[in-house]
Amino acid sequence: MNRRPSRWWYALLALPLLGLLYPPLYARSDPELAGIPFFYWYQFAWVLVAAALTLVVYLVTRKR
Amino acid sequence: MSTGLGAIVTEAHETNATALVVFVALFALVTGLGFAAVRWRRAELDHLDEWGLGGRRFGTLITWFLLGGDLYTAYTFIAVPALVFGVGAIGFFALPYTIIVYPLVFIAMPRLWSVCRANGYVTPADFVRGRYASKHLGLLVAITGLLATMPYIALQLVGMQVVLTALGVEGDWPLIIAFAILAAYTYQSGLRAPALIAFAKDALIYITILVAVIYIPSKLGGYGAIFDAAGKALPAHKPKPGALIPTGADAQIAYATLAFGSALALFLYPHAITAVLSAKSAQTIRRNSALLPAYTFLLGLIALLGYMAIARGIKPSNPNFAVPDLFLDVFPSWFVGFAFAAIAIGALVPAAVMSIAAANLFTRSIYKGYLRPNAAHADEARIAKIVSLVVKLGALVIIITLPTKYAIELQLLGGVWILQTLPAIVVGLYTRWLHRWALAAGWAVGMIVGTLMAQSQDFAPTYPLDLFGTKINAYTGVFALTANLIVTAVLTLVLRRSGPADAADETRTEDFDELAEGAEPPPRGATVPAA
Repeated sequence: MNRRPSRWWYALLALPLLGLLYPPLYARSDPELAGIPFFYWYQFAWVLVAAALTLVVYLVTRKR
Repeated sequence: MSTGLGAIVTEAHETNATALVVFVALFALVTGLGFAAVRWRRAELDHLDEWGLGGRRFGTLITWFLLGGDLYTAYTFIAVPALVFGVGAIGFFALPYTIIVYPLVFIAMPRLWSVCRANGYVTPADFVRGRYASKHLGLLVAITGLLATMPYIALQLVGMQVVLTALGVEGDWPLIIAFAILAAYTYQSGLRAPALIAFAKDALIYITILVAVIYIPSKLGGYGAIFDAAGKALPAHKPKPGALIPTGADAQIAYATLAFGSALALFLYPHAITAVLSAKSAQTIRRNSALLPAYTFLLGLIALLGYMAIARGIKPSNPNFAVPDLFLDVFPSWFVGFAFAAIAIGALVPAAVMSIAAANLFTRSIYKGYLRPNAAHADEARIAKIVSLVVKLGALVIIITLPTKYAIELQLLGGVWILQTLPAIVVGLYTRWLHRWALAAGWAVGMIVGTLMAQSQDFAPTYPLDLFGTKINAYTGVFALTANLIVTAVLTLVLRRSGPADAADETRTEDFDELAEGAEPPPRGATVPAA
């Protein structure tokens, strides 16, 4: 009934760090999105992805 | 939020009457809100929990506005686009920084909230004192917080000064009046004042930026044209050429370490922790970690204003005026007044929370810790109110008497310094293994190494370290923290063999459990139900 949710879910929170702390991954102009260089829209996209991941981890690790 | 920007705030502007009227009207409205806050969720304000933490009962929405208004400061809104305007891509590190900070907050801050709630801690220094049973270690954390916060408050005044100057208002008196008003309602209402003002501030900021990022590109031929113009203009910038994409190891390591180090530092700042502790539950903070990135998106858009200023051909006398001058150039006067009011009011929320956080630190760790150990709750609240005035006065004197350059350099150092409290605070949330003497020694080494490194680079944010022949150009704070952690770990190993035994830990294991039953307890001493 009152089982604690698995702590493994927290590993999802490492993804934004992996995606953003190694700039060679995204320090490029192409592919552009509507004239916006990759470097910029890639990081903007991570704002949304990171928020979504945090929300998922919040929901699944909530004690019900 | 810190950026490595050095400039002085002076530029001649003509007085803009329409803009000024709108500006003053909005400022007056917010002042009214600040004083009305004393009636909001009324409680006895002669208890530090009430005055300094708003009674620890802010729900998800209020916490979102308060933290957003507190972390994304007026200075940020001026300095980030100014940096992007000047050097390009490197200035954009503010975006990854404010993305990765929230997963870290999600993990650590609910634990901090829980243990502070369980033990009545008001500041991170209280926690460190209780956890390690050492009021001296608590004092070190408190002093670091005070040192880091003072110049940060001063920089909020810089943000306000920039928009006042851009409106053509000369002299120091408008700044003095604005801060006197701020000081009065903070004194009276405590943390409730910035919490209520944050609603107005953020509404103004969101409207301003959404209008700006839609309207300005429509006049400049779209985002593609803006990036093209910036990509052509940046390499010609003097004295240092800028770039649209960070290329080369130096720039990329600097980018990543600035983002990482700044993210680690942000929630060690007393004003961030004050807002966290004012939440009504650990779950409120977990929820906000998923919701606060909305502000990060906004900050990214604000950063792009720097490129819009380049594309528009704005030529400010110093980069701080890039965005104000852009607004003056493209917007009608009444909207300029609206936008500038948003920035100036944006200075009030963080300045208020920072001065409250500093007051809490002084009251708990210095006044109660050393001067009056038996101070009653009412004494604590009274002292904190007075200290909040002194702190603001100090910031005002710094800005009026010293060149702005010093405040910016001190704020940069503040980020490096506050990082040195990470082992005691964050590691302390998970383990008691680190020895209190080792923590103090590591702190001292980190403070000295960081300060000397920053000074040797003339307060640029990065340091080119020569590590066995490989040059690493990274954020100074990361180097200082590494030195700190190594010293702390090695000395702990030594002291665990031969040093003095640990004193009793005041906290209990179950205090840290952010998912525990009753993690959303009924508000203490509240007469009004929390939202």
